[in-house]
Amino acid sequence: MIKKLFLFAILTGFGFILWSVLSDYKSADGLNPISSYYAGEGLEEIGSANIVTAVVVTYRGLDTLGEVSILFLTASILGFFLVSGKGPKIQGRDTSEILKTASRLLEPIIIIFGIYVFVNGHLSPGGGFQGGAILASALILSYLANPEEGLNKSILRITESISGLAFIVIGILGIVYAGGFLDNRIIPVGSIGDLISAGVIPIIYIFVGMKVGAELSSIVTNLKHLPKTDAE
Amino acid sequence: MEANLNIILAIIIGIITLVFGGIAIYHKKLSVAIISAGAVSLMASILFLLLAAPDVAMTEAAIGSGLSVIIFFYALSKIRKQND
Repeated sequence: MIKKLFLFAILTGFGFILWSVLSDYKSADGLNPISSYYAGEGLEEIGSANIVTAVVVTYRGLDTLGEVSILFLTASILGFFLVSGKGPKIQGRDTSEILKTASRLLEPIIIIFGIYVFVNGHLSPGGGFQGGAILASALILSYLANPEEGLNKSILRITESISGLAFIVIGILGIVYAGGFLDNRIIPVGSIGDLISAGVIPIIYIFVGMKVGAELSSIVTNLKHLPKTDAE
Repeated sequence: MEANLNIILAIIIGIITLVFGGIAIYHKKLSVAIISAGAVSLMASILFLLLAAPDVAMTEAAIGSGLSVIIFFYALSKIRKQND
């Protein structure tokens, strides 16, 4: 009874807070100044055909760096706790021929699509995070088809460290040679819509894609190589 | 007219999302619950696409309905092995 009363009190409190937010709400009849600046000047200033990318990588590049760091932290904590043991080989049943053949056909296509997504991040929707996740899904497909195989974990670790370091180095180069941290105008912006344009945004996105792909792959690899438990 | 159609489509997708969410919470079999949680993500990504946010839709589809489902299934299989 007291529990229910307590729950009711909490819900009422939440309702009160939400109501006060809702009663203050006025729908905006235009972009606020900073959004209209991004939408108006961003194209000329950054040279990226996809404005979302200009905001994510350059104007709000620090946020992207923070997201990548959070993902790195998650992957390293998982790697710390899920210590892989040299347990006995898993004697699962053999995977089906259809899955094996299909994965041989699809894996290169998925990998190329992932690379396309992050290389074209400044021209079309997509970018480092999405491309990295697609790369990791190609790895998962290969794990599903061939459970015995495993990617060398040190390759993943080295890829991740190098690309994370390169991301930060490019950001610091922006302070030295351009307007500030993660400014993309270290190299010429080029003409809008070309594959090689928008300054260093494509380079940053390649590193972000590699980093995110390596992190997500290492999470899955750690889960896969969990030691066998005593119950078996 | 087109805007109205989009709103109707968005409402339908929202209802489907709610149904999948209910299945994810209340279904007895965990594997069904995981798959329907992935379907919630898929519906959310379609909704993002309707709301003209393709970047977010791609992230949601790749991570929400692809990777996280696989990770949940790995965890589920490990737990089952422990319980047997």
